[in-house]
Amino acid sequence: MTHALKITNLKKTYDNKFQALKGIDLEVKKGDFFALLGANGAGKSTAIGIICSLVNKTAGDVSVFGYDLEKDREAVQEHIGLVPQEFNFNIWEPVIEIILNQAGYYGIERPVARKRAEELLKHLDLWDKRDEQAQNLSGGMKRRLMIARALIHNPKLLILDEPTAGVDIEIRRSMWDFLKKLNQAGTTIILTTHYLEEAESMCNNIAILNKGEVVESTSMKELLSRLQVETFVLDLKEPLDKLPDNCELTIKQRDSSTIEVELDKSRSLNYLFETLSKHNIRVMSMRNKTNRLEELFINLVEKSKNKNNNSATHEATT
Amino acid sequence: MKAAQKLIAFKTILSKEVMRFLRIWVQTLVPPAITMTLYFVIFGNLIGSQIGDMDGFKYIEYIIPGLIMMSVITNSYSNVVSTFFTAKMFGHIQEMLISPVPNHIILMGYIGGGMARGLMVGLIVTIVSLFFSSLTIAHPFITIAVVVLTSMLFSIAGLINAIYAKSFDDITIIPTFVLTPLTYLGGVFYSINMLSEFWQNVSLANPVLYMVNGFRYGILGVSDISPWASFSLLGVFIVAMYGFAYYLLKKGVGIRS
Repeated sequence: MTHALKITNLKKTYDNKFQALKGIDLEVKKGDFFALLGANGAGKSTAIGIICSLVNKTAGDVSVFGYDLEKDREAVQEHIGLVPQEFNFNIWEPVIEIILNQAGYYGIERPVARKRAEELLKHLDLWDKRDEQAQNLSGGMKRRLMIARALIHNPKLLILDEPTAGVDIEIRRSMWDFLKKLNQAGTTIILTTHYLEEAESMCNNIAILNKGEVVESTSMKELLSRLQVETFVLDLKEPLDKLPDNCELTIKQRDSSTIEVELDKSRSLNYLFETLSKHNIRVMSMRNKTNRLEELFINLVEKSKNKNNNSATHEATT
Repeated sequence: MKAAQKLIAFKTILSKEVMRFLRIWVQTLVPPAITMTLYFVIFGNLIGSQIGDMDGFKYIEYIIPGLIMMSVITNSYSNVVSTFFTAKMFGHIQEMLISPVPNHIILMGYIGGGMARGLMVGLIVTIVSLFFSSLTIAHPFITIAVVVLTSMLFSIAGLINAIYAKSFDDITIIPTFVLTPLTYLGGVFYSINMLSEFWQNVSLANPVLYMVNGFRYGILGVSDISPWASFSLLGVFIVAMYGFAYYLLKKGVGIRS
C-alpha cells in the first residue's frame, strides 16, 4: 500500500552541529488525520521543513504518495500544501494576489486560479478582505489566509504546523470544522499543535517526537487506552470538613467543596459515584483534571528523558 | 511541470516583481530621474561647458550614454538584491521553494524583474536627457543589445548578493564599495585615453568600462573599446554568473537550512 508519507531513518544535523533529527521513521496512511506532537525543539518543524523542501536533510528517505523526495522532488511538491507556523506571506500584497501568485507557482492558469481562490476565500470568510493588504488582517484572518494559500493547488497532503496558535476559540473551532470536512473529502492531514485537545479530538493517529527521536507512533485510540488512571475534579453539593477514612478511592481535597479523585481505568464511573455516595459525598458537577492526551504526552516525554539520562550516566560510568 | 505550466510560473514571478516596483514608483522610478537630472545640469551644462568637446562630441552628449548605463546598472542590481533579500528575510521565498517551480524559472523571473526596472529607469533617464541634448542613435541594435545584456548581468549579480546576504548591511556593502566605484571609474565621465598608460591598463580590468563603452558606441559611434570586446565580456560574465546563481539556488545556499 502506498502511504501518503513515509519517512525512513531521517536525520538532520545543522551547521552548528545541533542534531535536530536522529533517524526518525514515520508512516502516514492515505486519508489519515495525523498528529505530530512534541515539545518546542523536538524536531517537528525540521521534519516538516524537510518534507516540504525547505530544509536539506542530512540522511534518510522521504516519500510522498510513492514519490521519492530526492528523485522526484517536483511530484512530491505538487502533492503537498503547507501551512507554516510563522506568517510568511508578503504583507504588502493584497490577499487575492497572494493566493493567485501561489497558484501561478504551480502552473495554474489565472481563470482557474481565480475561481478556486473565490471558493476558498468564501469558505474561509476572507472574500470581503480579498483586496486588503495582508498586513491589515487580524491574526486569525492571517492564519486562514495561509490555509487558503496552501489549498489553492488542491494538495492531497496538507501539513499544518501549529495552525491555531494564537487564534481565539471561536475561530479555532471553525478551523477545526473546516479541516475535518477537508479530511473527510479525502485530503490527508498532518497536524502539529500544542493544543492537545485539538489533536485528541481531530486525529486518528499520532507520533510523538522528543529531542529528534520518535518516542511513540500509534493510533490515538491505542495510545489513550494506555491511560491507567484518570483524575476527575468534582464540585460537591455540601462542603466537606474531612476526607472519609478507609475510602477505596484516592481522594485529594482542593477546598471545602472541591475534591480530586483518581479512578483506575478498570473501574466504571458508576463505581466512583457509588463509593462517594457510600461516604455521603454528593456531587454537583465533574470534569477531567487534565486532557487525557496531555497526561500521556507528559509521561512519554518524561520516560524518554529518563531513558536518555540513564544511558548518559551509564556511558559516563563505563 | 509541463512547459506551459513553467511559462505560467515565470509570468507569475515576473509580473509580481514588476508590480512590486511599480507599486512603490516614488521609491524606485522617481529618484534615479531626479539624480540624473542633477548630473545633466551640473556635469553636463555647468561643468561640461568648461570642459569642451570629447571624441568630437559636446561633453553632455558624451556622458549621456554613461549616465543612462549607470542608472540601468544600479537599478537592475538594487531591484533584485532588495526584493530577493526581503523575500528571504520575511520568509515569502518559501512560497516558491515549496512549489514545483524549477530553479531556472525562479532565476529567470527575478532576473526579468530586475531587467524590467533597470530598462524602465534607463528609458526614463533617456527621456530626461532629451531636455538637455538631442540624441541620435548610431547603432540601434548594438545599443539595445548592450543595455539589455548589461541589465541582465547586474540583475544576476544582485541575486547572488541577496543569496549570500544575512542582513540589510550586506545588501548595501557591494553597491557602495564595489559597484559605485567601478561605475564611476568605468568611463562614464571620461575617456580612458585621457589617462596615463598605466591607468589605462588598470581601467581595462574594470568590466563596467566595457559596458559603458559598448553602449556609447551604440549611441554615439565612438568608444575606447571594441564593441565586440564588450559583447564577449558580457557573454562570458552572464553565462558564468547565471551558472553560479543556479548552483547556489539548487544547493539552497542562504535559503534552505
